[in-house]
Amino acid sequence: MPPNLPVNKIVEQLYQTHSRQVYATLVRLIGDFDLAEEAMHEAFATAMEQWEASGIPDNPTAWLISTGRFKAIDMIRRRERFDASMQQILAQRPSLSQTPIESLLSEIPDDQLRLIFTCCHPSLAIEAQLALTLREVCGLTTEQVAAAFLISPATLAQRIVRAKAKIKTAGIPYEIPDIQQMPQRLDAVLHVIYLLFNEGYNASSGEQVTTAALSDEAIRLANLLHDLLAQTDHGATSPDAEVLGLLALMLLHSSRRKTRTDENGDIILLEDQDRSQWDQTMIRRGIELVERAMATGEVGSYTIQAGIAAEHARASDVSLTNWGQIVSLYDVLLQIQDSPVIALNRAVAIAMRDGPEIGLTHIDAMADQEPLSDITCTMPLVRISVGD
Amino acid sequence: MEFVCLGCLDEAIWATFTPEQQEALQQRCMAYDDILREEGHFKDGCALMPAHLAATVRSRAGQVTVTDGPFAETKEMLGGLLFLEAHDLNHAITLMSKHPGTEFGSFEIRPVNVEMNQLIKK
Repeated sequence: MPPNLPVNKIVEQLYQTHSRQVYATLVRLIGDFDLAEEAMHEAFATAMEQWEASGIPDNPTAWLISTGRFKAIDMIRRRERFDASMQQILAQRPSLSQTPIESLLSEIPDDQLRLIFTCCHPSLAIEAQLALTLREVCGLTTEQVAAAFLISPATLAQRIVRAKAKIKTAGIPYEIPDIQQMPQRLDAVLHVIYLLFNEGYNASSGEQVTTAALSDEAIRLANLLHDLLAQTDHGATSPDAEVLGLLALMLLHSSRRKTRTDENGDIILLEDQDRSQWDQTMIRRGIELVERAMATGEVGSYTIQAGIAAEHARASDVSLTNWGQIVSLYDVLLQIQDSPVIALNRAVAIAMRDGPEIGLTHIDAMADQEPLSDITCTMPLVRISVGD
Repeated sequence: MEFVCLGCLDEAIWATFTPEQQEALQQRCMAYDDILREEGHFKDGCALMPAHLAATVRSRAGQVTVTDGPFAETKEMLGGLLFLEAHDLNHAITLMSKHPGTEFGSFEIRPVNVEMNQLIKK
């Protein structure tokens, strides 16, 4: 951090980069989301006031966590006569003021994972998981999250109030899942990240800028999850591969973001996009991540989808696309996830590899099968685009 | 963010309280306001006289009409305003949900229109 920056700028920067860490640890210490949030804000406000005179502490995060817990104790004392739950918090947390700061700091990555897994807990409705993750883990305000989902702030606020009440009443623990539960729970977290990304990437209406921010948050979250899992050693190796795969998938899709719509907001098909405008930095990172994920030998559907996206990204012109490789990847994807949409995409890839007649045979064979109701309406269009 | 919390209450219900009960409730509300003030959330407040002292004025096609009482045909009447500083709507809800006023009335929490305010306060 540049030493010549004014204190308020330093605190603002620290808020951007570290407030979620401070918050995640305070939630564990205090055992209450709302009080932890207020204590975190108080700690930053106090930093703003005090650091001007006292100077920036050697370890600002430690200072903020420590100040936050003492602010929480002050708040409990101040509010206990208006709020019976306050005495309970203090009664259940006798060591709130005593835990040595060193042991708090060593748990920071674990605390961040605890926060992520709690917000993405399968007992919560998926809408609640998305809202909580964005507000509590990513630090967006209620108003920002509501704007991104095109709903009113009051509706979103109610969702968050209910979700937090559910965490309390259902006793959802602030824990990292154990090794048996890890793959399943990590899937749930990846699902939330994937939905956030798609919400931002496919937004067809509303403020493009605010919804696109969701895709950026999703990528940031996947990066964070990847770093935290690498630091903490909680998971088996296979689910980690899917974290890499999902991150790669999102980066590879994002690399085309600028070229996938025209000035009217209409979709430009992959084959018609200006490939010179694709973001090569994202592509390089995406491809590197896919290769790492594939190398684990334990690939899942995100990794395979990323592999397909990587094949498109590698082709500087649509005629150079390695359709054979794409068909093989769709074969694997179909084994993991038997879906008519994937089968249809595979048929299109076969048409591109072997010519339209053979592709159409596959499409027609699919049309004879059940259940295809959800895609049959698109079949004639696909037949036309394949060259019927 | 700045919010204005419109404190509303049903005056018929309020009238059922004894003067001692009313006094005690007001004390509790003010004590909670003090906590909000101490933590930097209470920017200002304003208590209003009962709604029957209100007059509502309209001017239509040059014709001014004045009616007794408040504009809204609801049972809950505006009793006071609280200017709140909070991080976002959920934070404002957390702060106001513990306000003793919510036990016998309600608060409508509205974000301040900051842009418009800059024009008004010029």
